[in-house]
Amino acid sequence: MVTNAASFGRSGVHDYILIRASGIILACYTLFLLGFVLTSSPLTYDAWQGLFSALPMKVFTLLALVAVLVHAWIGVWQVLTDYIKPLMLRGFLQFVFVVLVLVYLLAGISIVWEV
Amino acid sequence: MELSELNVKKQRPVHLDLQTIHFPATAIASILHRVSGVIMLFAVGILIWLLNESLSSPEGFAQVQQWFDSIILKFIVWGILTALGYHLLAGIRHLIMDSGRWEEFDSGNKSAKAVFVIAIIFSVLVGAWLW
Repeated sequence: MVTNAASFGRSGVHDYILIRASGIILACYTLFLLGFVLTSSPLTYDAWQGLFSALPMKVFTLLALVAVLVHAWIGVWQVLTDYIKPLMLRGFLQFVFVVLVLVYLLAGISIVWEV
Repeated sequence: MELSELNVKKQRPVHLDLQTIHFPATAIASILHRVSGVIMLFAVGILIWLLNESLSSPEGFAQVQQWFDSIILKFIVWGILTALGYHLLAGIRHLIMDSGRWEEFDSGNKSAKAVFVIAIIFSVLVGAWLW
């Protein structure tokens, strides 16, 4: 079996499932936030802070950021393996983008922690 | 020379009339899905930074609201939401195709074009909402 060390899942099938599962989570989070902002117009600090201080919203936000990590990892892998042929450059870019999205997740933990 | 190389190098009809050849809608839908995904890769960073500022304090929230008055942030957020809207719609189309629908030449083209139309409408609505 051909395996690729830079991909996220254990196999192509695993990646296929993971990018869809994470996409569904991100779609739900996006639609929820869109709905919240549209229904609480004009948006106040109290309403905004109140939303993110609730545990379910903190968990939902972190779940979405974990989904971003998985989704972007696989998506970046798909794009880079198609367009960047030099192995070292591709590996370096994959590293940079995975670290970038990990930073997003860690920043998100810090942000919802302090609300 | 290998037989496979001979096959590649033998003369074939070449059609490179740029007036008549173009990508089908399905190909454009695919490349835009990638482009919008790469845009979102950076956009999430901007959104997290805005979230951090807006939740830091009432002053920080007011600061972000003030930024939203500037044409630059309006344009950036409009771009982000347009990319996100398209990426989400194209993703939903993918999920529907996973179920075996819209996989034919005709239905695939039509669904790709439908995604373009809905994404443009969404983009215009977002623009109207921001300005």
